[in-house]
Amino acid sequence: MQAPKTMKSFDPRVNRITPIEDKTELLPGEGLLAFEVFHQKKRGDHHIHVGSVRAANATQALLFAKEQYARRQHCVNLWVVNTSDITSFDYEDADIFETAIDKEYREAYGFKVRDKINAYKKENQTK
Amino acid sequence: MNIGLKNLLLKTADDSFIVGHRNSEWTGFGPFMEEDIAFASMAQDKIGHAWALYKLVEQMEPDHSAEWLAFQRPLKEFKSCHLVELPNAEYDFSLIRHFLFDEAELLRYTLFLESSFEPLTHLARKIKGELKYHTMHAETFLFQLANGNEVSKARMQSALNECFPYALGLFESFEGEKELIQEGIYPGEQVLKDKWLAAIAEMIAEAGLKMPEFHAASSVEGGRNGYHSDFLLPLLTEMREVIAIDPNAEW
Repeated sequence: MQAPKTMKSFDPRVNRITPIEDKTELLPGEGLLAFEVFHQKKRGDHHIHVGSVRAANATQALLFAKEQYARRQHCVNLWVVNTSDITSFDYEDADIFETAIDKEYREAYGFKVRDKINAYKKENQTK
Repeated sequence: MNIGLKNLLLKTADDSFIVGHRNSEWTGFGPFMEEDIAFASMAQDKIGHAWALYKLVEQMEPDHSAEWLAFQRPLKEFKSCHLVELPNAEYDFSLIRHFLFDEAELLRYTLFLESSFEPLTHLARKIKGELKYHTMHAETFLFQLANGNEVSKARMQSALNECFPYALGLFESFEGEKELIQEGIYPGEQVLKDKWLAAIAEMIAEAGLKMPEFHAASSVEGGRNGYHSDFLLPLLTEMREVIAIDPNAEW
């Protein structure tokens, strides 16, 4: 096989390219950014956090998220959020979540019933 | 079988088949993991499009199965253009090829939506979402790298200049094309080429790159009539290694 003289490639059967040694130093804010991915299974559902992707910008993050998180399950919509835009508590402050004994009435026991109803519905759908 | 229709289906299939294989060669070597996954997945879509088109040919001409068309058809009967046959160079080259090819592909299938040949409109409806994704992916990279830094911009421009004459070969006329236009099956390559030139010129300008200069003789042609680049035979040989050992293997 004769390769055109101008054509260079990583393919060993063609004129071999010598890869350029990249010595670029990235400054803070350059290079890839991290984005959190939120997946929506059907319209009206909450978007649920499913993981993260790295990308150059938000649009690209959406495109990558589609392949990584919407390929093997049904999806109607995705959100991506720049990870650095998320504000969170520190784990060392987790003691603020501890509930005093006499305030148990605040806890949403009702949701446990909801789980049971959903489980029952699901069971009867498959029959 | 209508020779024009057969040529149209085969060349569209062959382009997808060959570019799908070429792009799949990046699997595991992509610039970073997310892009590796996306590029490999799109390559797989391309093979799927080729498969669907080979199946349409098979239905009309049952002597030749889709498997035969893909893996045993002689080189001379392949209709792929040179753009898709070129080996992978650096990633900028593959991205620009992806951009030029998929913008044409999206417009081609948009024309198929209006075809009087029903199986083709059906297929076009089915895969238009995938093609939309492919062009979104290509455009995002084009804009990002054309506006990255001087090196990335220069590389995109140089890859564009290099690919462009080959991309013009996408629109080489083929036997039976006139009849297809008359029958309302397909409006012809010139119509597609005009739409494509208008679309990419706008995006290239918006990205801040220069549209390559070209004239009638710039176009690298021959593929639609079986005259291929030197790169197709080694690719087909590699792709056919399994069937060369076991002719009854199924893909």
